[in-house]
Amino acid sequence: MSDKPLFAIIVFPGSNCDQDCYHVATELVGCRAEYVWHRDTDLKDADVVILPGGFAYGDYLRAGALARFSPVMESITRFAMDGGPVLGICNGFQVLLEAGLLPGAVRVNRGLRYVCKDVHMRVENSSTVFTRLYEPGDVVRMPVGHMEGNYTAPPETLTELEYQGGIVFRYCDAEGRVTDSANPNGATAGIAGISNRGGNVVGLMPHPDRCAEGVLGNEVGRRMFESAAMALAGR
Amino acid sequence: MISAELIADHNLSEEEYSRILEILGREPNLVELGVFSAMWSEHCSYKSSRLHLRNLPTQGPRVIQGPGENAGIVDIGDGLAVAFKMESHNHPSYIEPYQGAATGVGGILRDVFTMGARPIGSLDSLRFGRLDAPRMRHLVDGVVRGIAGYGNCIGIPTVGGETTFHPGYDSNILVNVMNVGLVEKDRIFRGRAEGTGNPVVYAGSKTGRDGIHGATMASEEFVGDETRQKRPTVQVGDPFTEKLLMEACLELFRTDAVVGIQDMGAAGLTSSSFEMAGRAGSGLEIDLSKVPVRETGMTPYEILLSESQERMLLVARRDRLESVMEVFAKWDLAAVEIGRVTDSGRVVFFFEGRIVADLPAAPLSDRAPLYDRPRVPPRTIGSMGWERLPEPDDYGGCLRAILASPNVAEKSWIWTQYDHMVGTNTVERPGGDAALLRIKGSRKAIAVKSDVNPWFCACDPYRGAAIAVAEAARSIAATGARPLGVTDCLNFGSPERPEIMGQFEAAVRGLSDACRVLSIPVVSGNVSFYNETDGRPIPPTPTVGMVGLIDDVSRRVSVPFRSEGDVVGLLGSNRDELGASEFLRRIHGRDEGPCPEVDLDAERRLVELLARLASKGLLSSAHDVSDGGLAVALAECAMKGTAGAEISLEETIRPSALLFGETTGRVVITFAAGDEGAIREASAAEQVPFRAVGTVRGTRLSIRVSGGRLLVDEDVASLQEIWTTSFESAIAAADVL
Repeated sequence: MSDKPLFAIIVFPGSNCDQDCYHVATELVGCRAEYVWHRDTDLKDADVVILPGGFAYGDYLRAGALARFSPVMESITRFAMDGGPVLGICNGFQVLLEAGLLPGAVRVNRGLRYVCKDVHMRVENSSTVFTRLYEPGDVVRMPVGHMEGNYTAPPETLTELEYQGGIVFRYCDAEGRVTDSANPNGATAGIAGISNRGGNVVGLMPHPDRCAEGVLGNEVGRRMFESAAMALAGR
Repeated sequence: MISAELIADHNLSEEEYSRILEILGREPNLVELGVFSAMWSEHCSYKSSRLHLRNLPTQGPRVIQGPGENAGIVDIGDGLAVAFKMESHNHPSYIEPYQGAATGVGGILRDVFTMGARPIGSLDSLRFGRLDAPRMRHLVDGVVRGIAGYGNCIGIPTVGGETTFHPGYDSNILVNVMNVGLVEKDRIFRGRAEGTGNPVVYAGSKTGRDGIHGATMASEEFVGDETRQKRPTVQVGDPFTEKLLMEACLELFRTDAVVGIQDMGAAGLTSSSFEMAGRAGSGLEIDLSKVPVRETGMTPYEILLSESQERMLLVARRDRLESVMEVFAKWDLAAVEIGRVTDSGRVVFFFEGRIVADLPAAPLSDRAPLYDRPRVPPRTIGSMGWERLPEPDDYGGCLRAILASPNVAEKSWIWTQYDHMVGTNTVERPGGDAALLRIKGSRKAIAVKSDVNPWFCACDPYRGAAIAVAEAARSIAATGARPLGVTDCLNFGSPERPEIMGQFEAAVRGLSDACRVLSIPVVSGNVSFYNETDGRPIPPTPTVGMVGLIDDVSRRVSVPFRSEGDVVGLLGSNRDELGASEFLRRIHGRDEGPCPEVDLDAERRLVELLARLASKGLLSSAHDVSDGGLAVALAECAMKGTAGAEISLEETIRPSALLFGETTGRVVITFAAGDEGAIREASAAEQVPFRAVGTVRGTRLSIRVSGGRLLVDEDVASLQEIWTTSFESAIAAADVL
């Protein structure tokens, strides 16, 4: 068996960014990757699990609401409980929220429109499996593309997130100030991404997979994949 | 018994009905009449346009598939090719903008992926009426949401397009959608029903009563309030099902199980079955009782003519039917064997054990009516005296006013609603001269662009169409790419009016001439007639979609000024033209001609020069001069970049025409001062007029003319504020009405 880490890219019916994540993991980070169909329960001994963006089940009921019942989710839950690194991007984040692997929920953007553009985020926690290659306070530019990204959670959950380093990224302006006008969707406290207590499950609305190579004019997102790969290599 | 009334209800003329009798040697039954009506509709048969379309150049060394298939295909080397096509969804979008536009996206995607191509980018070319016209805000919002709703969900980026507002579309908007896909040259699929005995498989959504006679509707004009009653003929889109269908088809195409495939688009099962048999010279037997239906009690007539979305008809290899069914099952899609291929040359439909239609396949298309409709030379609109207008006092004010016009203002309000990045190929995002999509696993990228200026076409359909081609080619070349092929979407009023046919003939001639001179073949297209309401036709609108190729994506060029101290150069000649300009409309409220001149030979040389300069890495930036003229082009370069410029134009023509005239064949470039000699030399070799006109510098845009007279001196950040906020404000203001 190769010693390169293996990424499992989960494919739900309606996943759109599965190939984008595969491209990053293999071509840009130099790891191995396997697609895992949502009906399968075997994660193929993966080292990292990625839930990619898209519109699982068309988001017809509520983003992620149906995908959480897919058979693969049970395996992912076990994998996460055992400390395995799980990253949910955009729709993948929505699925993790619906599945209860991360707390809170997302609502429709406050502008009531889909929004696709670059935003800035401040790195609030650089100790998760996926953010070790950033420094706390780093301002990173990443694209968003979503209709439902307006994160919210009950006050006690927000407090808990706040005090336990659960808030990984916050929307900010280019100078790192968390302002309302820098917030693309109305998310509470500018929350763009969160993690579980162990820092092994991370979800965010922006797309690191869309800013991982020079030809696209931005490579900052690749570090999230590299961070997980590096953590494993160092095991 | 087929009554005269029934014939008229099917939009068939007496002459067409006699032709049916002649082909069949008997009277058709009602089902057969419905089939003829759909197949011979203007939408499916191109009966008024075919004669003229034959003149378009469709050949070229890179052409793999020309017109006549679901999409055209052009070779891009390394065993890869691009499939592309543009189509209109005008009538449905005017009736129900969200679903009309959404299903337009769905339809064009199916046209591309049925060829075996994975769609990699869409463009939308939208024509609306004035924002304060009745329902217009609702239409703009609905169309944009519809395109977003479908394209975003299925995960195909919408990377380009253009939107203009012209009173001629107040009651007949245009929604033209283009898609480009990537296909391996040796894995191209076509819509052919081959191999006697092979099974015919129906896959995808169930058939409902929606969209019955959609093709016929698209072949009629709107009268009064009728539009709203036509709502049931608009189909409803389901992008999630289409996503599954697309993935299932692409998975199947990697096997050898599929013989031929076609989307059930306009005229549904009818056109797909007849066209597939017609192309292969075969026959089909299809049992309509096996077609999955959404509602009980559907008649054979309804099943055949339904335009329910997200459905495919495919012919599989007999011995591989099982694996075909397995793939559809994996993607949770209904797939049913509904018939088989025969060698009878006839398409026979059964329902509940009896034959309900039995028609020869080939004559339905071969002997479809072909009309050389009467036409009169189109009226051209010249000057109504703009030459006598006084020159403005405040050129800077004019520039600001033009930048605020909905036609010129930046429209990120539209394209930030579209996912333009999914697929991670979008190297040049919307808002540039052309969008660029890199080809993974290579150094290449393709450039995509759609274009047409309705004011130019209204003044002179021939020139307007030729300029659309030239302008698209110039935009593509400004990114460093070379044009490869064209798809067109020809939107016109009723072909039964001689003046409309005159416009159509002139526009097609303009397209042909331009494509010939520029050596860009037309590989696919679509005609949309009857774009009129209550007898008022739209301006002639021949939308051009173009695809280009750049061999080394690192050599791409974009619009923004890049480096302080770069030299600003102008390629092409300035002329004393103001006709059909945004300046005349916005500043003087005058909509008059003439359409600017076009010199196709000069355009060809300019395109060649740009590709050459880019490939040598000599350009820092490049931007085509179009809507709003030279001042707007310069402002755009500055507003998108980080620097201003000091410009000095030594010209004797009137300053307003110099700054705001929409003279064709011009491109603003910037380059390092040390490269001026090389650029001068290359321009001379291509006989393209070139002059250095200024320097990238500071935070203001200043433009001087002869004698050092300062005409424009504006803070770039303030211009940018106007340019980037005006469109959203205009939309918000329209909301109040």
